[in-house]
Amino acid sequence: MGNYVPNTAQQQKAMLEAIGMASYDELFSVIPDSVKLDHLDLPEGLSELEVHRLISALAAKNTVYPTIFRGAGAYRHYIPAIVKNVISKEEFITAYTPYQAEISQGILQSIFEYQTMICELTGMDVSNASVYDGASAAAEAVGMCCERKRQKVVVSAAVHPQTLAAVKTYCWGKDREVAVIPERDGITDLAALSNLLDEECACVLIQQPNYYGHLEPCEEIAALAHQAGAKSIMSCNPIMLSILPTPRECGADIAVGEGQPLGMSLAFGGPYLGFMSTVEAMGRRLPGRIVGETVDVEGKRAYVLTLQAREQHIRREKASSNICSNQAYCALNAAVYMTAMGASGMQEAASQCISKAHYLMKQLVNSGLERVYQQEFCHEFVLRSPICCTILLKALKEKGILGGLPLNEYDLLWCATEMNTKEEMDQCAETVKEVLNHAFTL
Amino acid sequence: MRLLFDYENQQKQSTYLPKCDVEKTELSLKRKQKLHLPVLCENEISRHYTELAKQTHGVNDGFYPLGSCTMKYNPKINDVLAGLGGFTEIHPLQDLESVQGCLELMKQTEEALCTITGMDAMTFQPAAGAHGEFCGLLLIKKYHEIRNDLKRNKIIIPDSAHGTNPASASMAGFKVVTIASKEDGCVDLDALRQAVGEDTAGLMLTNPNTVGLFDKHILEITQIIHDAGGLNYYDGANLNAIMGIARPGDMGFDVIHLNLHKTFSTPHGGGGPGSGPCGCKQFLADYLPGVLPCLTEEGYAWHQPKQSVGAIKAFYGNFLVVVKTWAYLLTLGSEGIRETAQNAVLNANYMMHQLKDTYDLAYNQTCMHEFVISLNKEKHDCNVSAMDIAKALLDYGIHPPTMYFPLIVHEALMIEPTETETQETLDRAVAVFKKIMADAMANPENVHQAPLLTPVRRLDEVKAAREPHLRYVWDKDE
Amino acid sequence: MKVIENYFYTKSHEWIQLLEDGTALIGLSDYAQNELGDLVFVNLPEVGDDLIVGEMFADVESVKAVSDVFAPINGKVLEINEELLDAPQKINEDPYGAWFVKVEGDVKPETLLDASAYQEYLTELEA
Repeated sequence: MGNYVPNTAQQQKAMLEAIGMASYDELFSVIPDSVKLDHLDLPEGLSELEVHRLISALAAKNTVYPTIFRGAGAYRHYIPAIVKNVISKEEFITAYTPYQAEISQGILQSIFEYQTMICELTGMDVSNASVYDGASAAAEAVGMCCERKRQKVVVSAAVHPQTLAAVKTYCWGKDREVAVIPERDGITDLAALSNLLDEECACVLIQQPNYYGHLEPCEEIAALAHQAGAKSIMSCNPIMLSILPTPRECGADIAVGEGQPLGMSLAFGGPYLGFMSTVEAMGRRLPGRIVGETVDVEGKRAYVLTLQAREQHIRREKASSNICSNQAYCALNAAVYMTAMGASGMQEAASQCISKAHYLMKQLVNSGLERVYQQEFCHEFVLRSPICCTILLKALKEKGILGGLPLNEYDLLWCATEMNTKEEMDQCAETVKEVLNHAFTL
Repeated sequence: MRLLFDYENQQKQSTYLPKCDVEKTELSLKRKQKLHLPVLCENEISRHYTELAKQTHGVNDGFYPLGSCTMKYNPKINDVLAGLGGFTEIHPLQDLESVQGCLELMKQTEEALCTITGMDAMTFQPAAGAHGEFCGLLLIKKYHEIRNDLKRNKIIIPDSAHGTNPASASMAGFKVVTIASKEDGCVDLDALRQAVGEDTAGLMLTNPNTVGLFDKHILEITQIIHDAGGLNYYDGANLNAIMGIARPGDMGFDVIHLNLHKTFSTPHGGGGPGSGPCGCKQFLADYLPGVLPCLTEEGYAWHQPKQSVGAIKAFYGNFLVVVKTWAYLLTLGSEGIRETAQNAVLNANYMMHQLKDTYDLAYNQTCMHEFVISLNKEKHDCNVSAMDIAKALLDYGIHPPTMYFPLIVHEALMIEPTETETQETLDRAVAVFKKIMADAMANPENVHQAPLLTPVRRLDEVKAAREPHLRYVWDKDE
Repeated sequence: MKVIENYFYTKSHEWIQLLEDGTALIGLSDYAQNELGDLVFVNLPEVGDDLIVGEMFADVESVKAVSDVFAPINGKVLEINEELLDAPQKINEDPYGAWFVKVEGDVKPETLLDASAYQEYLTELEA
């Protein structure tokens, strides 16, 4: 029961007759009998109410933490109601890629506006229409930099581990070498970087703020990369970009990042958004879709997918990337978020994240945790627990708090955002204190 | 339409955050460049996007027979369930105990899709079809690498393939060997036999193929590749035609990708997010990227494939798209899946049958879920092109078919009605197609002017590409 | 379609003009630009790159297509026409003036078509 075929059995029969067929068997007669299925081993279809019950029950098996102090690549920020309202419009949800520009100006213009805002955040000249997520954006950016004589890719150990994993996998595909710059005190080791750079090096990839929340010496890293003739790629947190020096100001050639903080739900890891922007000279190397402004036959301003001959459907095996979609819906989500918040709202969010993270850090240190690094940080930081972190996390969970991400048995990567109130942070610190006191009085 | 940046009154912004309740911390680094973002109150933002929505044609706005894209109806219950807080508010790095529902849903969906395709394992990490192709080819690369069979560096791809196939093969480090299709649009077995050898890593094939035909020699094709030591990759773009009827796993395919945003009804969102899960036979399962959900004695847990190719993105894929797919699969069930394929194929053949006296069919035989017409004759005789017909359809509220694909058919229009359209919709569309052709033959000049009724008319794409204008730029002094 | 005397041609529609100093210019014929339509971008090799007969050394893009440009001779690139990078429309406007590369190399006229042979070839194609 309950599928979405609108034609009745009788209508189907009449249509079969209209094409001169007696049965569905005849319609599929070209398929060899030896591979034809008698029966698909799945349950019967269900009513909408039953499906609702079953899937709601699955959702109920998950725990929604009222308080989250965990980031590490996915951040809970406040999403203004208008954001979800705008993106729930059916036209945006159900449209395909805007290949027919005449009836797709809405999507195309929203992407053009998104591209503009990403360029503003990063200080770059050109942005694409987005890619799958931050990790794949970094991997694609690396691909943009590789040339015949430059195939070695240098990546900081302080980027998100999943970004590093994706870059390694993409490079393995292309048989490219990946050299990892070790970290020193939680940031990229400049001396080690200098040693890795040579004339075969295509690019240097770093993250700002890095995986541990620390500020990297981006300008120095870009300068070192350029001295060796390599490109500089920065993977950035878009909320922090509203107040930090832009990748352009740091001297980077390409800016990428995970766009999820721009109004997207945590959603167990996806769908998210990979943003990519670059300087004009490298604009044509950007993978994927790009929207450009033009005019129609009457001279009216209009938008269209452009520079398409770079792409796989035309260039096939010679294309620099196989990507043939973008996260248009997530790009729209990000654009509405940035529009609603505005520059002042985003800067306020960034500022609150930083202030609260510093407050939380102090409270937790007062409770008995210890700073692992002495670096300047944004909204994430690492603290060491004197006892195994699972005990701490368990106690926090009982209070409805998702604590920091365990990096090993004793170190936790914490995060605070504007969502976290002083009260929550005090409660978190209090709980940690109780657990530690209890552990040491035993 | 004004851009967000064109509004003259950019002074007041709605605010959404309370005052900060802790002491302010400032960083030592600050951006110098002014950040230009719109300064608009909510009402204006809301109206702006309502206007943009009006200028966007979705599946809900009308018939959308866009070949190879499977633009079927997107059931609303799927969106409702994917919006449940128990899914949207879950951090991807929560403790296992707190994400049992997510893992169970992923595992159940994986198992159902494996049953439908005849595969043994599947990852949801790929975010789109092309991403799934890349993933599948990495599995093939790993397979040969682990067997130390390093000379196998060529992937065979028919010339009718989607452009992503050769591009994905190239990203996985393979050389592409293109083989010409036969006149009937299917694989040329002799050419295939000649192309295989000790350097064959594998074959990529779409079946039904990109001209909408099921390749009846499929078993011979996959056997030729296996005999040569290669693996068979199934591009699932067209699975909607055969799901519940036959399975790629039974046809000799070793690795596949699916397009959940086509076959399994999840909406396209204007170009993404999609989901392109990659499935494989057991002997490749240890190479899958990322982590896979598995059931243990203590409940669901993550399993890390031992010889994984690594990761092709962060986390576990576009999870909310998987939720929509699971809702769809539960709704359809075993019989519904089969009915879907049957009706997708019936609707295509019905439409093809009604149109074949007016339009030249590229392949005049029973098709699967889509068929290709060619305007080659009209283009030569009176300069009426596939583009002209497509643009004329816009004035009737019909989304045009896929244009100029596949490349092996000149002046191609590829029509895929899908199973969710009524006979009445098909009949009306057929009447429109016929009227457009009659009008074009009576007055070819007129059809070059189409569309007339859309928000904008035909665009100057040459200008867009020659003078790229890719962002709004503020005056320096602003 | 215009064909220029004293130039040599290939069946893939490149032209070669021999210069007095022994170097040669290479470009795309009027027929080629007409078939390709409005060109929007051109990829050129770098100075110093080697050209190998029959292998691509450049490509040109229209809005919906990309076409390789093949080397008619073996040689080395001495100069590229940078003007084309900013104004690919020159290839449409003045195909025989819009040279792609200046090369130093091994020109074997017997392997190429002269103007009348090329003209004949075009007539065959049109038929």
